[in-house]
Amino acid sequence: MSKQLETKFNEILFKNPVVPASGTFGFGREYEAYYDLEKLGGLCSKGLTLEPQSGNTGIRLWETHAGLMNSIGLENPGIDAFIENEWPHLKSLDTVTIVNVGGKDEESYLKAIEKLNAIDVKLIELNISCPNVKAGGMAYGMKAQTAGDITKKVVEISSHPVMVKLSPNGDSVADIALACEASGAQGISLINTIQGMAIDYKKRVVVFDNLYAGLSGPAVKPIALRMTHQVCQAVNIPVMAMGGISTWEDALEFIMAGATCIQIGTMNFINPRAPIEIIEGLEAYCEKEKLLNISEIRGIV
Amino acid sequence: MAIILSNEFVSTGIYKMIVEFTGEVLPGQFFMLRAWDKDPLLSRPISVHDYEDGKLTFLYQVVGKGTEILSCLKAQSEVTLQGPLGNGFPQIVGDLCVVGGGIGIAPLYYLVKDYKKKNPHGNCRAYLGFRDSSYCEESFKAIADEVNLNIGGIITDQLKVAANEVVVTCGPEVMMKSVAKATPQKNQVYVSMEARMACGIGACLGCTCATKYGNKKVCQDGPVFLRDEVFYV
Repeated sequence: MSKQLETKFNEILFKNPVVPASGTFGFGREYEAYYDLEKLGGLCSKGLTLEPQSGNTGIRLWETHAGLMNSIGLENPGIDAFIENEWPHLKSLDTVTIVNVGGKDEESYLKAIEKLNAIDVKLIELNISCPNVKAGGMAYGMKAQTAGDITKKVVEISSHPVMVKLSPNGDSVADIALACEASGAQGISLINTIQGMAIDYKKRVVVFDNLYAGLSGPAVKPIALRMTHQVCQAVNIPVMAMGGISTWEDALEFIMAGATCIQIGTMNFINPRAPIEIIEGLEAYCEKEKLLNISEIRGIV
Repeated sequence: MAIILSNEFVSTGIYKMIVEFTGEVLPGQFFMLRAWDKDPLLSRPISVHDYEDGKLTFLYQVVGKGTEILSCLKAQSEVTLQGPLGNGFPQIVGDLCVVGGGIGIAPLYYLVKDYKKKNPHGNCRAYLGFRDSSYCEESFKAIADEVNLNIGGIITDQLKVAANEVVVTCGPEVMMKSVAKATPQKNQVYVSMEARMACGIGACLGCTCATKYGNKKVCQDGPVFLRDEVFYV
């Protein structure tokens, strides 16, 4: 494989900047039928919490124009089961495994992080932005002060680098990113889903048991791109950007806005091979533009 | 991409699409279909109605934008297929009794056909229920030993299950629940669940269904479950 897409996210070397996003990729196994996971720059685990979660009741998916609302509610097996059942497989892969961690309070975040200290994770994605459950931590992610506080505590006890995943639903995202950077975060990822609402007018009821839900997919891309640009302008730590990326051209736009890596979320559902096609598209682009490395166009706008 | 061989109107809102496909396909499995760019965003999970000699058949109902687009596709055009997905129906040991409601009859046809092929002496009875008008009953009559039709009524009012029959049901959940309830406990009952799906392969957890053994994914662990797994209360 050529080195044109090789990307350093702080000290972590990614073969390419393409990473399937948390919550859209399980723990990778489902996609092994479609391609070799080692072709990916990295992959991000389903959001994990200290204890297992059964997720939200009722309808969990609702389509919008070029978008998807979800209210999964962080259904996950918990950190212990992840370490026992999923980690041995993920560890064996030659790709950067990122573990996404959510929590309902400070204690549950810290205990989960402590447990992960026992395994050789390359990067933690600290989820303070899941809009679908109280345990998703969005309460921490809405304001710079609280986001900074929890980041500081997590960074102190984590033996792994911490990237904080930000919400588009709170205060100025650049301010929150700055607070996380000041608290020792080694990276920022954004955006988590945008909080939205759906009403079934025929039944005269709200669609989701949890009332509001998270919007993702191509429909959110311009917002995600703007927020990525704002954060990249504000901080010096690397940014892993996502939000509606469905083609290599989209990926390029986020990199031009300053992103170091990009995550592919909802598009995994539409085309399971989307990350691979995006990698191939980026490679062809570098070839055509005679770039020695993709970083040459990073942040050029 | 698969070539569409035909895509025909069957009854009000019901269409039958035949596409070219090679591979192993089990009764009760489904495919994710799409023939559009990003609006609607998701592919549509459609169960297998029949599969023989490289010809894969879907019997489907137009319920929204995606199935509307599917219904307008012409022969020789292409459709994107992902699959086959899901566990499919189990091998039936004994006689077979299928109970279908509305478009839920779709996967039962391939099951009956497969059953009769593997069990030439086995007995197969079908109960087909429809709200307004029936469709495909002739094709079931051609392969099943007995077909009971019900239009506008409640299918379980006439359902009588024999001791050696395995019951397989697919249709509205309320109907499947009543089939499950009306069938003696000593008979095995399999239900094919329907759910909104995004990925269809077990990654998104959008189609999770609560079972006796905890959450299961309709797309990957199902869509076929034992009665007692899903209707346990």
